[in-house]
Amino acid sequence: MKVYINYDGNAACRVILQEQLERLEVRYQLFDLGEIEISDDISEETFQELQNALNKYSIYILNNQKSQLIQRIKDTIVEMVFEKDKMPVTTISHYLSDKLNLSYGYLSNIFSEYTYTSIENFIIIQKIEKAKKLIIDEELTLTEISFILNYSSVAYLSSQFKKVTGLTPSMFKRIVDKRRRLVNNG
Amino acid sequence: MITHQDSIHILIADDDEDDRAFFNEAINELKMNSKLTLFKDGKDLMEYLKLPNIKLPHILFLDLNMPFKNGFECLKEIRANNRYKDISIAIYSTSSSEKDIEDTFIEGANIYIKKPNDFTELKKIIKDVVNMNWQFHTSGLNIETFFFSV
Repeated sequence: MKVYINYDGNAACRVILQEQLERLEVRYQLFDLGEIEISDDISEETFQELQNALNKYSIYILNNQKSQLIQRIKDTIVEMVFEKDKMPVTTISHYLSDKLNLSYGYLSNIFSEYTYTSIENFIIIQKIEKAKKLIIDEELTLTEISFILNYSSVAYLSSQFKKVTGLTPSMFKRIVDKRRRLVNNG
Repeated sequence: MITHQDSIHILIADDDEDDRAFFNEAINELKMNSKLTLFKDGKDLMEYLKLPNIKLPHILFLDLNMPFKNGFECLKEIRANNRYKDISIAIYSTSSSEKDIEDTFIEGANIYIKKPNDFTELKKIIKDVVNMNWQFHTSGLNIETFFFSV
């Protein structure tokens, strides 16, 4: 037997969304254009379950929540490196999981999955960015900078600087000074 | 802000056809979304960049030795124009003299690549450079002090 059907994809999609959100007891409000307002904070597990359930119907949640979390991780690290006179001595994994209330393993995985780098590497890049600023704006010595950024030695700071930039700190300073002079005179 | 869902937009100017093909291959092998546009010399590149409605690239790879307009001339011209201030510029050359590297950075390049003879090595370098540049673009770093010599 062959039958013909007529369907409205939009209406079907709304019904699926309603069914799944209600099954997971999520309070929500549906808007047009694929926007859903979820009324309460839902747990990561519920969110994951919702996502899996919807994927079966080829409905995908655009990953705003993850992008937001990654942004929060980055902001927390930048704040830790930049906004204090001296970096806290606590381990970074504790610092992040305390601040964000999530396990470091979870944060670390999600970060690596979406940023093409690791939390550790991101921190190194930020510390070197701060070191650059201190070299240029504050004219601090490497000894002072390694203290502020919790490096165990000047040699370690220099080698990390070289790894991230390919330059020695002194070559870096010379380049920035000459470049500024050129820009100011040009 | 760019996120992992966005693609990285790359331009390359190189007069050597083999080099262009090679870059193309290396960039296609990256795990990132990318859009690559190739130019056969500096003059073509600059004409393209002057078009009013283009989406400017995140990174531009410039061969130092090209006919009509070499990489150094392009670099100076681009850095003299504020419209291009957010583009990071990667220069590649066979020279590894500290002075050449320093001069290139002073003129406003962000990345200096000493071209290796070995293709596998070059591929790795291109990956490292694109990745570092991506970190730069997604982490709010200061372009004025963004240097990467490899």
